[in-house]
Amino acid sequence: MNWQKFFDMGGYARFVWPAYAVAALVLLGLLVWTLSSYRRVQRELSIREEKGPRRRKAAARP
Amino acid sequence: MPRFANPTQFMKLSAALVPWCAAAAALGIGAGLYMALFVAPPDYQQGEAVRIMYVHVPAAWLASLVYGVMALASAVGLIWRHPLAHVAAEAAAPLGAGFTLICLVSGSLWGEPMWGTWWVWDARLTSVLVLFFLYLGFIALANAFDDQSRGTRAAAILAVVGVINLPIIKFSVDWWNTLHQPASVFRMGGPTIAPILLWPLFVMALGFMFFFAALLMIRMRSALLEARLRALKFGNT
Repeated sequence: MNWQKFFDMGGYARFVWPAYAVAALVLLGLLVWTLSSYRRVQRELSIREEKGPRRRKAAARP
Repeated sequence: MPRFANPTQFMKLSAALVPWCAAAAALGIGAGLYMALFVAPPDYQQGEAVRIMYVHVPAAWLASLVYGVMALASAVGLIWRHPLAHVAAEAAAPLGAGFTLICLVSGSLWGEPMWGTWWVWDARLTSVLVLFFLYLGFIALANAFDDQSRGTRAAAILAVVGVINLPIIKFSVDWWNTLHQPASVFRMGGPTIAPILLWPLFVMALGFMFFFAALLMIRMRSALLEARLRALKFGNT
């Protein structure tokens, strides 16, 4: 396989590759954003829930 | 439906489904890329530039499909006050905007070498640009109010009204004169393009759909956990 020819895309390289690059960038961006905010809320929630319920139980006792 | 109405049930179901959707997405997009770049032949008129199609067309399909999902979820939320519906709509919006952006940019990059212009204000291109702004408007409205439920309602109404744009996008190439070619895949009488070009399109589109499904569920899980976190912070503690 001739890689030089492949990357040249028959002279359309400056249109074909940016199209693929934009798609990759947008999809990866959505993926990273979604996963990082999911992890953040998971982490915050686990910290809260460790403290939260116990304190509540202690307060409920007379 | 009542079974899935329960957020607890959804958390269980989505935890089981997300890994499968993610795997199917990776497989679909990987195979789609391989077929698009190495298997599909260059076009006899467009040469290698036709490979932009394998990004552009699946992204365009998803742009409309995700809007349909978002509007349907918004309608269900408005009418039946289904507890997950608005969560789903708001989780879908940025994903749909992303697919629409890919469609617009790749279309522009395809238009310049083939039509001789990056952009024309014709019916197809303009209606897809409107779709992009509908997504942005939905996201902005949903976050515009201090009272979150008001924003959610306003955004949901916009999403439902905006559905009118979907048939305009679909039929714009038949109703108006346009540079954009008419439908060549989903049309009466079957596709007009060869199977060797169709397969990469379908495989890539399937990969995009599973990518959307996986991210939609993760974003909904995020939103539900966020709601629980807020309740712990301010509510019944």
